Amino acid sequence: MSIKVYVPRDSSALSLGANQVAMAILVEAARRGASIDIVRNGSRGMFWLETLVEVATLDGRIAYGPVQPQDVHGLFESNFLYGGEHHLRLGLTEDLPFLKNQERLTFARVGITDPVSLVDYVAYDGYRGLKRALGMDGAGVVKQVTDSGLRGRGGAAFPTGIKWNTVLNTGAAQKYIVCNADEGDSGTYSDRMIMEGDPFVLIEGMTIAGIAVGATQGYIYLRSEYPHAYQVLKEAIAVATASNYLGQNILGSGKTFHLEVRRGAGAYVCGEETSLLESLEGKRGIVRFKPPLPAIQGLFGQPTIINNVISLASVPIILDRGGVFYRDYGMGRSRGTLPIQLAGNLKHCGLVEKAFGVTLRELLYDYGGGSASGRPIRAVQVGGPLGSYLPESQFDTPLDYEAFSSIWAVLGHGGIVAFDDTVDMAHMARYAMEFCAIESCGKCTPCRIGSTRGVEVMDKIIKGQDHAANIQLLRDLSDTMLNASLCALGGMTPYPVLSALNHFPQDFGLQKTQQAA
Amino acid sequence: MTLPDPARIAVERIITDNKDKQGALLPILHGIQDSIGHIPPEAVSVIADELNLSRAEVHGVVSFYHHFRQSPPGRHTIQICQAESCQAMGGSKLTKHAKECLGIDFHETTADQEFSLEPVYCLGNCACSPAVMVDDEVYGRVTDDGLEQLLSQVRKGQQ
Repeated sequence: MSIKVYVPRDSSALSLGANQVAMAILVEAARRGASIDIVRNGSRGMFWLETLVEVATLDGRIAYGPVQPQDVHGLFESNFLYGGEHHLRLGLTEDLPFLKNQERLTFARVGITDPVSLVDYVAYDGYRGLKRALGMDGAGVVKQVTDSGLRGRGGAAFPTGIKWNTVLNTGAAQKYIVCNADEGDSGTYSDRMIMEGDPFVLIEGMTIAGIAVGATQGYIYLRSEYPHAYQVLKEAIAVATASNYLGQNILGSGKTFHLEVRRGAGAYVCGEETSLLESLEGKRGIVRFKPPLPAIQGLFGQPTIINNVISLASVPIILDRGGVFYRDYGMGRSRGTLPIQLAGNLKHCGLVEKAFGVTLRELLYDYGGGSASGRPIRAVQVGGPLGSYLPESQFDTPLDYEAFSSIWAVLGHGGIVAFDDTVDMAHMARYAMEFCAIESCGKCTPCRIGSTRGVEVMDKIIKGQDHAANIQLLRDLSDTMLNASLCALGGMTPYPVLSALNHFPQDFGLQKTQQAA
Repeated sequence: MTLPDPARIAVERIITDNKDKQGALLPILHGIQDSIGHIPPEAVSVIADELNLSRAEVHGVVSFYHHFRQSPPGRHTIQICQAESCQAMGGSKLTKHAKECLGIDFHETTADQEFSLEPVYCLGNCACSPAVMVDDEVYGRVTDDGLEQLLSQVRKGQQ
């Protein structure tokens, strides 16, 4: 029997040479006449170890990493196909400390299965949620989601069950399920990992949503920067359709759900739900006024569930194990688990799925291993380019929507970007304004003009020109953007700007103690 | 002005294949750009006619999205991530080095038409910053030397 060797097809693994490693293993195996079966799995999410090669042995899967193509010859010499000793041998994958203490619910299969194998998916508890959902009425399905306490994982943290209930109770001939896969926040990649590593879980979640509220058409709006995810999703949708998990009369239930992937085109603002809907309709991604809510008048004016990838991918396990099972994880009003993404200047960047309540410090040091550069971590941005910068004094904050909100920060999509002490926070504040100016859709003045004026004011502050007046101007401008912008792009750009100013005043030419009012 | 025949045929085929979809404009624009590398101005009026839109509406969409180009790119497009995670790992320095190596700024193409250089705001490779994308392939933990090697491999067609 051939030996199973796992080499990830995840974009990040590919970016470090996974294809070359897979090729080298194939060539070397052929040369030696070894019978192997290479499975291109998703990533386990330990990116400092990519390319992480795993071999299935009688004791379990043994990991080797980080493997370079030139290591392959030595691995064969060390008999790695049978778990042989080698300096890259890490031991049993599931015993690695980074993975062992995680609580992987949404990511249960990522890195373990072949992403486009429906057989693997079903063997690892896939489609159990859908089968249970097919035995319930719409209200019953929505109740499970409501009971789970799941809140929108895209960043807004709106209760998913309430959104679904609105669509359920809004009558219309056509309803839609839209997946927001426009993962544009720097420091976030969990959507990509799910789509590349376990696409069926997203497809199943969307199918359950469709069946629950009576929507027969779904769209995944995927950012154009993710070509590999696009291929995997298309492949998985074709497989699911061929096996009657999508299409008409799903599994003989009489229910219909069609799914299509649509590509975005490099506009950050299209991650905002109404702008995304405009884009799906074939227009410029201009933000809509709310109300009407998308749940009542969304895509093409019809009731629409629009949820983030992780929200939808969390639905199958909620339906399978029950809302209460999921709700038992977490703290306060933040229920369940959050796939956290460690990024930037950290030694061990990767994906950590944990129940809410883990602290930033645990993530940065216990999981992240401290900075990659070896210098002190000075600032951390949580929640993407619209998230606040946190100084070391706030590292004990637990990951919880309300705890973050109380320190004027956000969890967002769970991305954590660490900076060492070489960072210039005035520069980062200027960048936040510049990014907003580049990506503004242009509909509302505070965002469109405010961001450009913000860059100019920051330039003056950095030059020390009319300093006190310009600091005040920056605060006034931020106040206008915060309170008068139409969506979160203009409305939250002041988070990184003002948090940088408040926590790192010395970088803005102020005394450390001087908190310019 | 009219498009040369191969491009015109491609545009017409892509429009025919997609025009009955709901929200067909973005799929059509992607199809055209995937096929001929950019959205030629001559295609705009054809699309407008077929979708019953004004030319201004189509042009508005083409110009709104960073991804769509209105002029042909070089043979290879190099995108360098400018976002926070890559900045935390030296992305700005890498960008400067790339501009010096290629002798061009962002949104420009080298004189030999080999490379176009574009900024990008996150490639989802934040665990392996700084990140660079060459055509459809992403590269992680790219150093100055690594970038030079990559460019020379791409130039030799060994990507």
